[in-house]
Amino acid sequence: MLPRHLDPLDSSLFSLLAIASLLLTFVMLGSRWLNQYLYAFAAESWAIAGVSAAAGYFGHYPELYVIAALTAAFRGLVLPWLLWRAIGRLPVDREIHDILQPASALVIGAFFVMFALAVSYRIAGALHLGATIATLALTVMLATMLIGFLMLAVRREAVGQVVGLLVLENGIFLGSQMLVPGMPLLIELVVLFDLLVLIACFGVLIAYLHAHAGSTSARELRRLVG
Amino acid sequence: MPAGLLLALTIAPLAAVILCLGLRRPRFSEAANLIAAVMSFASALPLPFVIDGRAELLWGGYVIIDRAAAWVALCGAIVYLLASIYAVGYMRLLDAEDHLHRFYALFAGFAFTILVAPFMNNMAIYWIAIELTTLVSTFLVAFERAAESIEAAWKYIIVVSAGISLALLGTVLLYWNGSSLLGPSYAMTWGIMTAAAPRLNAPLLMMSFLLALIGYGAKVGLAPMHTWLPDAHSEGPAPVSAMLSGALLNTAMIGIVRFLGIARAAGLGIPPGLALVAFGAVSLLTASLFIVRQRGIKRLMAYSSVEHMGVMALGFGFGGPLGFAGALYHMLNHSLNKSLMFFGAGNMMRAYGTKDIEAIVGVGRFFPVQGMLWLAGAVAITGAPPFGLFLSEFTIMRAGLQPAFTWAVYLMAVLLIVIFIGFLNHFRHMFYAPAGNRNSPPGGGVGTWCAVPMWLALVPILVLGIWWPGGIWDYLTSIAASLSPGMP
Repeated sequence: MLPRHLDPLDSSLFSLLAIASLLLTFVMLGSRWLNQYLYAFAAESWAIAGVSAAAGYFGHYPELYVIAALTAAFRGLVLPWLLWRAIGRLPVDREIHDILQPASALVIGAFFVMFALAVSYRIAGALHLGATIATLALTVMLATMLIGFLMLAVRREAVGQVVGLLVLENGIFLGSQMLVPGMPLLIELVVLFDLLVLIACFGVLIAYLHAHAGSTSARELRRLVG
Repeated sequence: MPAGLLLALTIAPLAAVILCLGLRRPRFSEAANLIAAVMSFASALPLPFVIDGRAELLWGGYVIIDRAAAWVALCGAIVYLLASIYAVGYMRLLDAEDHLHRFYALFAGFAFTILVAPFMNNMAIYWIAIELTTLVSTFLVAFERAAESIEAAWKYIIVVSAGISLALLGTVLLYWNGSSLLGPSYAMTWGIMTAAAPRLNAPLLMMSFLLALIGYGAKVGLAPMHTWLPDAHSEGPAPVSAMLSGALLNTAMIGIVRFLGIARAAGLGIPPGLALVAFGAVSLLTASLFIVRQRGIKRLMAYSSVEHMGVMALGFGFGGPLGFAGALYHMLNHSLNKSLMFFGAGNMMRAYGTKDIEAIVGVGRFFPVQGMLWLAGAVAITGAPPFGLFLSEFTIMRAGLQPAFTWAVYLMAVLLIVIFIGFLNHFRHMFYAPAGNRNSPPGGGVGTWCAVPMWLALVPILVLGIWWPGGIWDYLTSIAASLSPGMP
């Protein structure tokens, strides 16, 4: 397993990339501008591609280079480009109705990171991996997922919710590259799948735009209750 | 032999997808889809009989043919056939001739994903198959393009994709758990993980199980992750609702059950089953509250699906041969019965031009035969004898009579009675409320295509309620033995 045999300098590279992507998640959480979600998401995907490449290099998994290239290409370029086009067609470029002020969202996000750290310490301790990179990987993975769920919960704009979904998957992606770099097939397929999910989302979104020109706020989607 | 049947089962809908998209003719697409459904059913029906006790692996271990998968596929193929017959009549009423071929292509594709998923042996591939069902069915839910349909589709894809990402997290953590034992790269199949389970780290395994339970539970529609379900079921066209409820939910349920098998093999004892029982109880509670106060006819059926998935979760959670056999039997009965209910609801929706229960009155007077079928289905789905659901619910209750779960049995009994009263009260209104001065419903009646599948669904439920063949009982208990090796 990768985390067991890393010297301090190498593991600090992983730490740097993982922390960078966690920070970029906070950028998305703290911003209201759809464009900024986009740039932060693209940058995060590049950081994750870096993690893949590094895991491939240090763990001797040549197939991870392919995954790094796929991640950078699809999640770093194609998905942001699709989102950028979607945002261009939308009449809004920022969240207008806040459920949660960005500042409070950041504070809640910080609590999530602490919670994730506590959980990861327990798990890594149980596996006797206490002081290794595995703890960090788990922390970042769980924290990113929690923040992704928070974004899904507090975002009103449809694009914001799609980005929340992508952040969830980025979390799993990042964690799995560091924890289980040898997991066969899965990552390649998940890359493809994200693309499909997103295209499906856009299909629905565009149908919605045709049905009611104007708003894409998920707040308008409240007819079906009870 | 099983491999050939599996191939026929899955190739038929795939061929229908290609034909529908290639030829783009509405009548031809109907026929292609119907023929594919008949072929799928014809290959799914003998499949359980030709499989012996051992699971058979195909294609490098990526495909597993075992009794549980064959059973779920049979339920799926039955619903696919019934819904395809019904769709011929129903979709003609929708005034969507020019994109009907797209509907049938999606419909056959949806059936394909449903029929393939239970046979996936690699846990990661199974996850992908489940995600595929979501992708395809989103467009079916949004097919009518009304604002409500699109809202439902949006909610569906966002809630289910987010939920199922937790199942992926659980899968990744389970892989990580196994990698200290099986090396950094191994095939993550159900069988290998079950065999390795006793030596895995128990707390991490429990966490993986809970994440998978919540993730796939969102897809199954267990409360409180059920929020997408009433919307998607009520806003899609009626054949799609039947497929979602009768076929799709089972496909995700089997994943939870296989995960449960791993957790039980690890010797985690009561807690994994208890978690499933808790979700089942909450689902029953939520469903009963929403059924009593429901106003939309298809939403009523949708909450009834939440209820029945809760009942199945209770059965699998109780465990043992009784619990498993009861829950699996319930799966078949529910698939048949819920198809019948959605067909009836779709017919009434067309005839009265509304989904509002308040506005649907005098069903028995205007539609004596169809109304009788629908009413019989309503009595059946609330678990009254002599129908199959009574038998399976009763079996599940018997399975729960063990010290750890007695409370759940009492709760289940009370809630089922509440649902019985609440559900049939709506039918009392629709059948016996004064119809006023109206002599005929505003819309016309529906044709034979819409009535025949109701008969085809009701007769087996009645037969299965009166006569539970001994062969089926042995078959289902052998599934229990193979899926939960740790139980008595």
